[in-house]
Amino acid sequence: MSAVGAVIARELKLALRRRSEWAQPLVFYAVVATLFALGAAPSAPWLKVAAPSILWVGALLAALLSLDRVFRGDREDGTLEQMFLSSQAVSLLVGGKLFAQWLVIGLPLTLLAPLLALGLGMEAQVIGVLLLSLLLGLPTLVLTAGFCSALIVGLPRSGVLLPVLVLPLVAPSVIFGAGAVRAAQSGLPADAPLYFLGAILVLCACGVPLAAAVALKNALD
Amino acid sequence: MKLIPHWLHRLSSPPVAYGVAGACQPWLGLASVVLLGYGFLGGLILAPADYQQGDGYRIIFVHVPAAALSILLIWAMAFAGVIALVWRIKLAEVFVICAAPVGASLTTLTLVTGMLWGKPMWGAYWSWHDARLVSELVLLFMYWGVIALNQAIADPRAAARACSLLAIVGAINAVIVKYSVAWWNTLHQGPTLKLGGSSIDSAMLWPLLAAMAGLACFSGLVIAQRLRNELLWRERGNPWARDAIA
Amino acid sequence: MNDFWNMGGYALYVWGSYGACLAVLAWNLASPALARRALLKRLKAQQP
Repeated sequence: MSAVGAVIARELKLALRRRSEWAQPLVFYAVVATLFALGAAPSAPWLKVAAPSILWVGALLAALLSLDRVFRGDREDGTLEQMFLSSQAVSLLVGGKLFAQWLVIGLPLTLLAPLLALGLGMEAQVIGVLLLSLLLGLPTLVLTAGFCSALIVGLPRSGVLLPVLVLPLVAPSVIFGAGAVRAAQSGLPADAPLYFLGAILVLCACGVPLAAAVALKNALD
Repeated sequence: MKLIPHWLHRLSSPPVAYGVAGACQPWLGLASVVLLGYGFLGGLILAPADYQQGDGYRIIFVHVPAAALSILLIWAMAFAGVIALVWRIKLAEVFVICAAPVGASLTTLTLVTGMLWGKPMWGAYWSWHDARLVSELVLLFMYWGVIALNQAIADPRAAARACSLLAIVGAINAVIVKYSVAWWNTLHQGPTLKLGGSSIDSAMLWPLLAAMAGLACFSGLVIAQRLRNELLWRERGNPWARDAIA
Repeated sequence: MNDFWNMGGYALYVWGSYGACLAVLAWNLASPALARRALLKRLKAQQP
């Protein structure tokens, strides 16, 4: 367990030193939301209707852009080999690393979303649901993207391959996440989709570290 | 070793698999011509027009088999993927790679025929209300993902194992997508085939089943052809492959 | 006979579907066959 703690602490320390790692996705997210608003007529009614989808997909893309390099740096500097040489289960270490990535990338995006939601004209109680849905949904995205970037860790650069692999896999999360917000917008209870989001998160949290460890092993062989 | 019978283990060796796949091809070809011929002719001529949808329903003799095979193939890929990852059997790895383009093409066919069915029935080629078409679209993206991943990784064995993992995750995801999209909304007609107390006339049922079996045989045929190519390429340094080329 | 081709007004959709099916089947047959030809040519050229 202490090894997992060490992995998390290392990731956080690295993120503190390289501020761009967590700052750039935030800027990207804000710019994407702004551009959507600029693309609409001022106070266009559809903007409010489309807000759940814009905020969800914007957060997905912002997180994805920085998750391309989750394991690549570790592979280049030999940390990945060390993980496989250690006596710890690699899946646990991978799980710790992805949790840290969520803290560094996912959590700030989740906290920025309400601000952008205000800009898109969302009501307060809907924003609460948005916050909850992102809180449950972005860890799933970070896990899925972690798995996919483990698959392609051996490639010199992935370009658009990571989104191509990840986006179909997160389709259910988008459906339930944005669906919860839409339900709240139309005054319906949003708990069912939120439960589904939670169930998907539990499934991913159990399966992805194992699968990612296999993928990393395969790439190193 | 007990887990895999001896004959199966022998079959999984590339030269034997190459020979067996070649020997199966004429039979699979014959079966698919007969079954698809009966299925399509039966669907177009023998089956009576549907009392609600008129002759438009005849599309299902293409649509339903293609949809069934597109789902069957992702599961076959996931199954082969498990074998490839656990027992490191080359043949299973190659199967994952070879089934992906066939699955992608059949998924495309499902989407195209679904759209052609939708235009007269719903008045639009595409409807986001239809849970199954939308899940097929996501399935197509997943097939593309496997194909793209295979092309991106240079080492063929590492690529095949990465694709195996992705196929397993993709198959699980396909189930979740199906239910999530169904939750999202649906206006698709209920399942056409019901086990026990079939809701469909036997003049329609038999051609439909035949078309399904025929398309399965056809998929087997073209996957066998792809398997032979891939095995020959991967084993090109080995004596058996040189003999096969000569 | 005309009735048959007309498909009760659904001709475009029904024949379009079967045409698409034929195209997919043909691609599935042609693609590995062409690949095999190219592969054999390449492997034969490599052999001493």
